Parts: sequence; C-alpha cells; structure tokens
Amino acid sequence: MRLQKNTQLALYSVLEFAAHPGRQFSAAEIAAKYRVSAHHLAKVLRTLGRARLVGAVRGVGGGYRFAGNAKRLTLMDVIELFEDIGAPPSAAPRGGRRSAAKSDSPAPAAPHEVEQALDVVLAEIDEIAKATFRSITLETMLKLIGRRRLGRI
Amino acid sequence: MAKKAETTSAKVKGSTGDAPRPRVRGAQAADLEQVIDIDARITGLRKREYWAEILRRYGGGRAQRFFLVAESGPRIEGYVVGDVRDWEFGSPPCGWVFGIAVRPDARQAGIATQLLEAICDGFRRHGVTKVRTLLARNNHLILSFFRSQGMMAAPFIALERDLD
Repeated sequence: MRLQKNTQLALYSVLEFAAHPGRQFSAAEIAAKYRVSAHHLAKVLRTLGRARLVGAVRGVGGGYRFAGNAKRLTLMDVIELFEDIGAPPSAAPRGGRRSAAKSDSPAPAAPHEVEQALDVVLAEIDEIAKATFRSITLETMLKLIGRRRLGRI
Repeated sequence: MAKKAETTSAKVKGSTGDAPRPRVRGAQAADLEQVIDIDARITGLRKREYWAEILRRYGGGRAQRFFLVAESGPRIEGYVVGDVRDWEFGSPPCGWVFGIAVRPDARQAGIATQLLEAICDGFRRHGVTKVRTLLARNNHLILSFFRSQGMMAAPFIALERDLD
C-alpha cells in the first residue's frame, strides 16, 4: 500500500495536533514545518475538519485544533479519508476473461492466471498493511516517536 | 516462578479514577471459573477443559510457564498466559504471551498493562530480553493494546494452509 501525498500530509498534521491537543495551529505553521504548500495542506485540513478530527477556529489568527481521541483514533481512520480502501482485490477472474481451469497440471499459465495469482499475493500484503495501520493509534505513534527520539528503536 | 510475578497494591497506572490497583498473582484452581467466564464473554465459548489443562500445565509456578491473574478482592479482573520458549522458530529463548484478557467492564484502567508487565518481569528473571505474541490481524483491540505497549512486527511471518 503506497500512501498518496495528501494522506501523508494528513498523518503529519493529525500527529502534530495530537501531540499538542490544546494548541491551535494554522495551516501555514504545519506547512512550514513539513515544507509543503500551505494551500495544499489547507485542503487536507478541511477534509480532516469535515471528519471532525480537527476543529476550525475562525477569525483573525484562526486555525485548527485537535478534536479527536488520540487513544482511539488509528492511522487507518485517517488514511481511509484519503485513500480508496475497499475490499481486497479479488482473485476472481477479471472481466472479459475466462476463469482459470481447476487443474494442478503444469501446463503453461495463461496471462490471466498469472495476474490472478499475483493479485492474491498483493492482496495478502495489503491486508497485512491495513491490519498494521488499524492497530496503531495516534497515541501509540506519539510514543513511538518519543522512543525513537531517545534512541530506543 | 509465577509466584514471584506478584505485584503489590497501588493506584492503577494509567487510570483516571482512584480504583485500587489489582493484585497480580499466580492463578489457582479457585480462579478458573472466573477466568473461563472472562474468556467466554469475549469469545462466546466456555472452554472448561481447555482452561483446566492450561492451569495444569502453566499454573503452580512451573518453570518458564506463567498463568497469572489480576485480582480485586474476590473478583478476577483479567489473566495472562505465556511461557519462555527455547529455540522455537529458530529464535534464541524468548517470552511468548499467548493469552491475555480483561473483563470488559474493567478495561481502560491499566489492568492489561499491569498483567503484561508482571509476565514480562517473569520472563526477565529467566534471562530473556524479548517478548513476542501472535494474534489474528482482525483482532484490532488486542493488536492496538500490544502496539501501545511498544510491540512492533516481529521478523516472522505466520503461514497456514488447509489440510485436504
């Protein structure tokens, strides 16, 4: 699973917010820290706002503040807002192609059989990645960052 | 060895209230009914024979084996089971946790953390420096718990196949 740029920005942002739960950040502040476009980041923050993970503070000096629960919110909760994560790729035949014959014979594999077998492997990798993202809360991520800072990992 | 894994009372680490910290001690036959009940509430299965066998094999302070419970007065709040395994899967001796649970109404009070710390203390006394576990990848609750305790992916991959 390769994360899109927006997803990465969203993860950076929520971790920044969760690390300072009472503090208000502007898009420009976070954008400067991660050296990304503030305009681009503002779009990401709006999506996070619609999902109620951050709350907008209006007016002069406005910005965003964390509105989630770092103990409950997982990386997957954030990723799902930006990535199309549906059912794993099916090993079923692809459209317009005939299904694989039920045989263990060593006959040369047809292209669709190779594709289907590869889909099975890729789906396996995806499921492991999803389970990993689902198991890591923002709080756990912040602990991980802390341990890495101390050189324990 | 399980007897040495007992902990004394104090405030529950990580809890927000003033609930007294449960005492962690080795499991006894009298605890089994409550352990079975906790497991059944979570899994929906009452595994009486299984738990009797676990007590026989892991209870009573057997070398390298741990079956600990967290007790608050007469109530067993949770349990943990594990052992030190030598050279399994090609690995130097390490601790394995293969069962941990806390009553649903006693969660968020640091009891599982306390149980894990107690069994890890037991593992350390056997000289091991690594603890591992294995669980279903859709078991988000327990996966998140172990992650919160600093556990990361191990350099192993679990494999299976149907036996025709």
